Amino acid sequence: MRLVRRVAEWLDQRLQVGRTIRDVMEHPVPRQTASWWYVFGSAALTIFVFQVVTGILLALIYVPSAGEAWNSLQTLNHQVALGWFIRALHGWGSNFMLAIVLIHMAQVFLFGAYKFPRELTWIVGVFLLLFTFGMAFTGQVLRFDQDAYWGLGIGASIASRVPVLGSALVQLLLGGPIIAGATLSRFFALHVFVIPGLLIGFVGLHVLMVLKLGINEWPMPGRIVQRSTYLQEYHALIEKDGIPFVPEAVWKDVLFSGFILLAIAACAILLGPFGPSGQPDPTIIQTAPRPDPFFLWIYALLSFLPPAAETPILLIGPVVAIVILLALPFVAGEGEKSWKRRPIAVLAVLVIAVALGTLTNLGVHTPWSPVMDAWSSEPIPLAYLKGRAPLEYQGALVFQAKQCHNCHSLGGDGGKRGPALDRVALRLTPNQLVRQVIQGGGNMPAYGKNLSPAETTALVKFLETLYPPGNTPARDASRSVVGESGSP
Amino acid sequence: MNSPGESTRRGFLMKVGLLLNGVVGLALSIPILRYVLSPVSSERKSGYDSWLSLGSSARFPAGQTRLATFRNPVVDSWDGETGDIPCWVRNIDGKTFQVFAINCAHLGCPVRWFPQSGLFTCPCHGGAYYQDGARASGPPERGLFEYPYKIEDGKLLIRAGEMPTPGRAANPSKRSAECV
Repeated sequence: MRLVRRVAEWLDQRLQVGRTIRDVMEHPVPRQTASWWYVFGSAALTIFVFQVVTGILLALIYVPSAGEAWNSLQTLNHQVALGWFIRALHGWGSNFMLAIVLIHMAQVFLFGAYKFPRELTWIVGVFLLLFTFGMAFTGQVLRFDQDAYWGLGIGASIASRVPVLGSALVQLLLGGPIIAGATLSRFFALHVFVIPGLLIGFVGLHVLMVLKLGINEWPMPGRIVQRSTYLQEYHALIEKDGIPFVPEAVWKDVLFSGFILLAIAACAILLGPFGPSGQPDPTIIQTAPRPDPFFLWIYALLSFLPPAAETPILLIGPVVAIVILLALPFVAGEGEKSWKRRPIAVLAVLVIAVALGTLTNLGVHTPWSPVMDAWSSEPIPLAYLKGRAPLEYQGALVFQAKQCHNCHSLGGDGGKRGPALDRVALRLTPNQLVRQVIQGGGNMPAYGKNLSPAETTALVKFLETLYPPGNTPARDASRSVVGESGSP
Repeated sequence: MNSPGESTRRGFLMKVGLLLNGVVGLALSIPILRYVLSPVSSERKSGYDSWLSLGSSARFPAGQTRLATFRNPVVDSWDGETGDIPCWVRNIDGKTFQVFAINCAHLGCPVRWFPQSGLFTCPCHGGAYYQDGARASGPPERGLFEYPYKIEDGKLLIRAGEMPTPGRAANPSKRSAECV
């Protein structure tokens, strides 16, 4: 023990940091902030360090070359001892980091922590959020598989829509005319050097400001922030009711961080690493690319925007969102901090959370994507075929052979892109069915050129049988006037 | 021991030093910028467009649409399989062809051809195109991208080399002048 003390003294005589460290550890924080609500920031920092460590471990094996990256991931998964586990830790760490950063952001927003004098802390935090998303996207590219390849294509397609500069931006993004070796190399540089460097710098600033300005006090309804008096009030609060950060408050941070690391490890062990999916070979087109979970909401949004509005919203939307986030502490730098008196703030968080959650859920199920093999792998339910006439059977064959099933479901199977056809005969008369099949419309291609008259007749005969028993199918009321046969 | 004269000389040399750093920094920033912007610069771009062979035109029967692949003209030895680019070749009547890029005009996903229904369909957001590449339905705002083609010595050649994207002005419009 004496030896340890002597070594410590020897070191501190030369480093001169002991006092600073003690000051940082023992800096007073308001008693009420020693709360479970204040643990997310430190947990995000812990995961970041964890990601740096696991990232370096992966870099020992990974080859950032378009021709070899996928193979080196296979080696990591199957040859290197516990390589799969390190990959899983890094992948799950990424998901947890994004989740914790978003929770942290919602918490400091609801607690009014962005108000005077912590505006810059919030702004730096907004950049940290963007960098974290940047890490997630570039990391998804380094997992150089089919999803990464076509994900880059999506990125390039979006970048190309920027007016005037679009084409140059695509070249810069891809590092050349196509997605290839240069693309992976530059995303490697971004993921391993550029963004982590920015993150380290900005995290340092972020933490420094938290220490210098003091942690945001627990918001009390009615305790109004004013630029002229806030610093005095905060000082008085610390004097009256301050406790040293270590050990009075820090134990919750330590416990929570430990719990999060445990959760990451548990997910890694139980659920394993992410991919890689198929080889990044563009000639393998039997693929349905899909982004990582935290980008699914964008993927969903892109299928619902009306085509004409898509480009403006894609290009202007992110700018507006970032400007709003950056402007927030200047617009609302004073006033009420407590969420109990800020209904619009609470509502905004709820609306955003529900919107992102709903879009992500849709992104998981992708109802807008055709089921590319439904026509050959999903049979028509037997109930829809029993006791039908030969012409109707023929129509059912047309339904399968012409890939109608890829977009229209029967009995719950098949594509969800178009409406389910289980009750279509209740909605459309035979003539309307013919018109819809031949001319298309309402987001359906026209099949007039690809169906013979006989095929169309058979298909419509089959569709006419699709209604629940006991109901009467739709019919044209004018027919009864002119006579059932259609001729007066 | 700071006499005013000395401090002026130090101050002056300090300014000279800063100026020197600034000038060198500026001078170095030009080659650095050129290096960073090299994918955009025009000298490499000339190689992006080349006539590439898809093999004998007899490989593509009249009235059918088939998948073909070509090696991108600008590749590095470490590009691996990413340098192999697929495209759809439609032989309309034995003499006239259409060569479509694999990339959907919405967000670049690989479209698939369904000969039975005569449609190209995209697995991502469900964009659909007719057999001539025209937009049929879904989110794309335009038809499929087409490569210009010509037939020489019985070989089908296309001019390609750049990944087509919705915003690129360089996209060849329908039926290029080189068509035979």
